[in-house]
Amino acid sequence: MISSMRPIFDKTRNLSQEDIDVVLTSTNANEKYLASIVSELAGISPRIAHSVESLCNSGTNCIVSAFAYISSGLADVALVTGAERTDSPGLVLSWDKSRGKYKHPIFWSSLFASSHMRKFGTTLEDLAYVSAKNHRNGLENPYSFFDRSYSVGEVMRSKTLTDNVRLLDCSMPCNGAASILLASEDAIRQFTDSPVWIAGIGQKSISAGFTKNADLSSMESTVLASRDAYSMARKSPKDIDVAEVHDAFSICEIMALEDLQLAERGKGSSLVRELHDTNCKKVNPRGGLIGTGHPLGATGVAQTIEGFYQLQGTAGGRQVESAKTALIHNMSAAATSSTVLILQA
Amino acid sequence: MSRFEEELKRDKFVCSECSRCKKIVWPPSNYCNKCLNETTWREISRKGKLVEYSYNKGECFGIVEFESQIRIVGTVKGSERPDVGQIMNLEKCDYDGDEIFIFSSTVQRNGSQNS
Repeated sequence: MISSMRPIFDKTRNLSQEDIDVVLTSTNANEKYLASIVSELAGISPRIAHSVESLCNSGTNCIVSAFAYISSGLADVALVTGAERTDSPGLVLSWDKSRGKYKHPIFWSSLFASSHMRKFGTTLEDLAYVSAKNHRNGLENPYSFFDRSYSVGEVMRSKTLTDNVRLLDCSMPCNGAASILLASEDAIRQFTDSPVWIAGIGQKSISAGFTKNADLSSMESTVLASRDAYSMARKSPKDIDVAEVHDAFSICEIMALEDLQLAERGKGSSLVRELHDTNCKKVNPRGGLIGTGHPLGATGVAQTIEGFYQLQGTAGGRQVESAKTALIHNMSAAATSSTVLILQA
Repeated sequence: MSRFEEELKRDKFVCSECSRCKKIVWPPSNYCNKCLNETTWREISRKGKLVEYSYNKGECFGIVEFESQIRIVGTVKGSERPDVGQIMNLEKCDYDGDEIFIFSSTVQRNGSQNS
């Protein structure tokens, strides 16, 4: 966590530890009093310090909490830091008795895939295109867990886990940390002349149990969260220049594109193929979860940092030209909850 | 072991029902999620409808919906590919640290349906 904070202090003018009002930590690790411990280790004495845990969505939830502290006037400057290790207890939700012995996430993703395939004719090859595209994008990301790409054929031939989930359709749990700084409109000017604004936020929990998803070919919480985020930002899907979407599994990206209205219902896989074939980096330029790795508590923060780079025009080889508006989509536990952020340059 | 897990181990499929408004609460809880009153246990019909399925290493698993509201994931027995919407029996439940649900088709080989 500390190592991911260092570049913020190194690269932000006028910023010192005394400026930080809020430190929020995002992780699924069972670490008590973590935000205060991290604050002490980083030389910060914040007014507000605590952890936010919400499985895969923890980092994005953490950013929303920091936004709320600032917009309420309780704080001016918030540091959000997320981290996870491969042995995180956040990979499986043991509470969900309705999953029976099929508690591992590959099983819900497999049932999502079955449903999407049945309804829209989505194929195994369509799924492979997601992974091939995101692994290729991830090559341009210096923080990616992987140092090579995979072709559609290689994804197709990777180890079969279920009938419609192969090893390379899955994001990889890994160690990782990410930190981001949020500040009020007044406070930000001392730190930068070109801030990125959080223009819209939508969050929705429909349940905690996977089987409460009424339609397994769509993620209801994502539909509802994106509706709120678009409305708050006064934006529509056609305004989105670049998007980081939660692709814990290949099928999730196809469903997310449809649920965020970036593709028509049933056309998510066509969009993915088009992005792949034209080497367009509009969706998951940093590689998504599949092409970057998925350190749960850090993921939502890292997704948002990518939106920041894209809108600042500093994303290097993965830059989407003239990006002005970015969408960040994250979710937890078989899409029983989702968060959508809309960022603006 | 919780009461729910003990009942599963006895091959009984039970769920919480609100003692006041009679709402079924799934997954089981001590309190109703509508009126927040205490719940009691009641047995659930073992006949349900297949919502979706897939295969894991040749073994079929799927979601079956009971009493039009309780959806659970379990193993689908049988050599033939099932049909979504098909009526399934909860043939067996058990608990070994995980909840075990085994479904079987009610359709016989000759096409007739069990009552």
